[in-house]
Amino acid sequence: MNRNLIIGSTLTAVFLLLAAASFFWTPYDIQSLDIPNKLQSPSGGNLLGTDHFGRDILSMIMMGARTSIAVALVAVGIGMAIGVPLGLLAAARHGSLLDELIMRGNDLVFAFPSLVIAILITAVFGASAVNAIIAIGIFNIPVFARLSRAAALPLWERDFILAARVCGKSPTRISIEHILPNMTNLMIVQGTIQFSLGILAEAALSYIGLGAQPPTASWGRMLADAQTLVSIAPHTALVPGFAILLMVLGLNLMGDGLRDWLDPRIRVTRA
Amino acid sequence: MIRYVLGRLISLVISLIVASIVIFAVIEVIPGDPAAFMLGVNARPDTIAALRAEMGLDQPVILRYFNWVTGMLQGDFGRSWTYKTPVADLISDRIWVSLPLAIYALFLSTIIAFPAGIYAASRRGGAGDITIMGATQLGVAIPNFWFAMILVLLFAINLRWFSAGGFPGWDNPLQAIKSLTLPAIALALPQAAILARVMRSSLLDMLGEDFIRTARAKGLSRRQALWRHAVRNALIPVLTIIGLQFSFLLAGGIIIEQIFFLPGLGRLIFQSISARDLIVVESVVMLLVFVVILVNFAVDIAYAAVDPRLRTKT
Amino acid sequence: MTLLAIKDLSLTIDDTHILHDVSLTVAHGEIVAITGESGSGKSMTALSVMGLLPHNANPSGSITLNGTDILQTSEPDLCNMRGNTMGMVFQEPMTALNPVQTIGAQVAETILIHEKTSKADAQKRAAAILERVGLKVPPSRYAHELSGGQRQRVVIAMAIALRPKLLIADEPTTALDVTTQARILDLLRDLVREFDMGLLIITHDLAVVANLADQIVVMQKGNVVEAGATAHLLAHMQHPYTRALFGASSHMVELPPTLASSPLLAVTNVARDYPMARKTPLGPRPMFRALEGITFQIDQGERIGLVGESGCGKSTLTRAILGLEDVQSGTITVDGAPVFTGKQPNLDVRRKMQVVFQDPYSSFNPRHRVDRLITEPFHLLPNPPTGTARDEAITNALRDVGLSPDDATKYIHEFSGGQRQRIAIARALIIEPALIIFDEAVSALDVSVRAQVLDLIADLCRKRPLAYLFISHDLSVVRTVTDKVMVMKAGKIVEQGETETVFTNPQHQYTQTLIAAAPKLPAITV
Repeated sequence: MNRNLIIGSTLTAVFLLLAAASFFWTPYDIQSLDIPNKLQSPSGGNLLGTDHFGRDILSMIMMGARTSIAVALVAVGIGMAIGVPLGLLAAARHGSLLDELIMRGNDLVFAFPSLVIAILITAVFGASAVNAIIAIGIFNIPVFARLSRAAALPLWERDFILAARVCGKSPTRISIEHILPNMTNLMIVQGTIQFSLGILAEAALSYIGLGAQPPTASWGRMLADAQTLVSIAPHTALVPGFAILLMVLGLNLMGDGLRDWLDPRIRVTRA
Repeated sequence: MIRYVLGRLISLVISLIVASIVIFAVIEVIPGDPAAFMLGVNARPDTIAALRAEMGLDQPVILRYFNWVTGMLQGDFGRSWTYKTPVADLISDRIWVSLPLAIYALFLSTIIAFPAGIYAASRRGGAGDITIMGATQLGVAIPNFWFAMILVLLFAINLRWFSAGGFPGWDNPLQAIKSLTLPAIALALPQAAILARVMRSSLLDMLGEDFIRTARAKGLSRRQALWRHAVRNALIPVLTIIGLQFSFLLAGGIIIEQIFFLPGLGRLIFQSISARDLIVVESVVMLLVFVVILVNFAVDIAYAAVDPRLRTKT
Repeated sequence: MTLLAIKDLSLTIDDTHILHDVSLTVAHGEIVAITGESGSGKSMTALSVMGLLPHNANPSGSITLNGTDILQTSEPDLCNMRGNTMGMVFQEPMTALNPVQTIGAQVAETILIHEKTSKADAQKRAAAILERVGLKVPPSRYAHELSGGQRQRVVIAMAIALRPKLLIADEPTTALDVTTQARILDLLRDLVREFDMGLLIITHDLAVVANLADQIVVMQKGNVVEAGATAHLLAHMQHPYTRALFGASSHMVELPPTLASSPLLAVTNVARDYPMARKTPLGPRPMFRALEGITFQIDQGERIGLVGESGCGKSTLTRAILGLEDVQSGTITVDGAPVFTGKQPNLDVRRKMQVVFQDPYSSFNPRHRVDRLITEPFHLLPNPPTGTARDEAITNALRDVGLSPDDATKYIHEFSGGQRQRIAIARALIIEPALIIFDEAVSALDVSVRAQVLDLIADLCRKRPLAYLFISHDLSVVRTVTDKVMVMKAGKIVEQGETETVFTNPQHQYTQTLIAAAPKLPAITV
């Protein structure tokens, strides 16, 4: 175990626990407004203070963690579930028209930053957390497709793949039996990084109103609400900001720690 | 070399065609009747009919797509339904805020990241390396729009060094650049953190290569070998990231413009979304994607300048 | 006069002892060869002299070059010496050059670092040096445009540009073909004579050592076990390890006689083309002919060798025989049935062939245990054994290759290179194929391990009739383990016949060149 892994997984675990706890209990109900008690600084009653409607910020952070984690996790899932098979297929048919099509398709998706995809979707279907998931998820597909293809190609050159082919195994079977198990470490590490990027992207989308809609709590919208209040009640902007920062930092540290622990040669892409 | 550029050009054109089809399909085909969609449920049938006529919705889809594309090629992006002016005019006013902002941010990101990455790699494991890597770890985790809020709070509201927002126009270039500085820093620092990490790890990969050992055997010191042999080779993966970052900066700029009240494409696109002005959304998205694809093309050409292997192959 | 004197050099890296009291000397104009198997510490000795040891290395003793103790010299002073007083050539020419700089600039750099001279002058001198080392391409070329032999000449040019007093060459020809190797060794020998330079050459190839060196230093596990003048040492070997090493290098195996039998593999008039990159966009793709008019036959139980240099089409032929790729014309059949049947492999044919590859480190999926690795060919059987029958097959296969049945539950990283090749052979044998292709199967092994694996192959031949195609660039190995041999050049078989006949009386000019270029061990009484 290394230091990055310990700090990173601890931070991540704290937020996962906060999110899990919010299903059973939060200090206050975030649906009930308490206007007289608005914009309170952190105190014994409200550990992290209250917002402009008098809602308890700690409770909102817990509910918001749920949204962030759900959106980012599902988006990574979409990216992996579609991207990895595409990458494996492209590598198995290296040099074919199919390979070329998949890679060009990837390049094309990279030309649409997730924010632009979200804008397109929102313009036609309206804003929602589901749209945020789709937008971030679509953008994750080429990340995993490229990475798994790049990881699979050198494996296909290895002699043990040739040995498997001599044994009459099909490319699909070889991909599942020999290629996939040899890139799980890489996928775990990159998955962690994409998870953290998903948290950031979700926050950005809900900040500009293209993500989760009220009454669903989200860190990004808490920041949007705090924007005009930042000079009179800085804690309304600082608390959600640090929540995002710490969660993302935790995931990144965990990713780096996992890499050092599993295989220091792994190279992840971060963009 | 000519073949390489030609090949990249062909793929640039194909990308543009496919991207335009995707955008057209999402905006004009998926909603069913875009005119009815734009006007909302309470619209009167004759208003819808008027818009339908103006958008040319009676024509077949293929023809509409063709008209849209040929229009754009001639600088005609259609007429905005809400602003009642040509979209081209709306865009040309605003792109001179958004594009300079992205370029400014890219410039800042690069001049911060390169020295930081190279320094960290040359002092691997030392105090400088650990400090820089710790800072980039934070930089990677900071949401840029939150960072922008903090910058406003600190430098505009408390210290009053900069104005909290707005844009004076390019008549006064110095003031214009000053008003873009805080937004550019907010955009650039998180990207610089990523770029510095990539630069460092790419350099460290190169330092493990055989040709660095060869260079050392010639009598180059560790630092000379790094500068003369590792940096240029390390640029190849770094260029890829710079290309990707430009699209993030352009898109990220849309958000940052909101915080600093900059009259750029971001404001235009959000106002158009809430007004359901699909014609504007469609054109602005196409423009953004066009710029991104163009930048990727430039990156591909830059590869060939750095790497002679690309010039002779295909 | 002594140029380099290494005295009692010991080296630890992170508390692991790498070298123990190594001592040796090199005089002006003398060629000293350090030889030994992997892990003997030969390369670390060379890097110690250059002062290029890894950070965590801790050397002691003394290395005196031209009156200066390298171990006591500061890094800036060492930089002044490297490239100037001492130069070094490395093993892997493919990666030793900077891919984004012209070769001329890289040679000129050596001059520019050490001498105050103009860029133009340095470039002019670089061009002259490149010509001196026999490079026939202009200095404006990049490394990727050059062959391995040409690249090695560039590396040598960089190392000798300033006529250093000492040249260190670490396995300089190991990655090269025999004919290229011979030319590079000639070049090194010439340079030593011309510049009166000391040459410290590191090589595992004893034949190279015997032919080139004035002095031999034999190392084993970080110790010098024996050293002396070449002729004397070869005639009077003292240390048992030296004897074992030379014995293994010229190891011969006893093959059982082949019995007259029926044809197994028939390759008839095979041609294979590869499309290359278009010269003009949308123009026709030019074709590269990798194989042409290949015709030969392997009978049941017959052992055939295939020799040729890199790029001659050996691997293409292997893939075609294994039925992994189609050919443009001609036929390849096993027992009369074609080996290539489109997308759906014909398992009846496939199960008659297996293959053993060169690199023991890439031949196995690191995520699978040995039992799963060696039973992979069961996929070819209509009713693969299960339960105890499977366990029994695994036990037998491992025993056959001299491993323990307990090894079945281990992962591949727990085995040495030689053990891995045994496992590879076990995998090939488990379905008792009629034909095995050994694709450079012993080329990556140390000589003593190689001798054991060759013995194992001969043993297996005695136990059951086994036909194989033994592909190798090492002529001496092919000579001892085959009945017939084919010589391949540029996609064609230029000569084939009984192994002994071909070796003693080669007919084709290329075969003659090949045999002449291969370094030979002098007859030694071990």
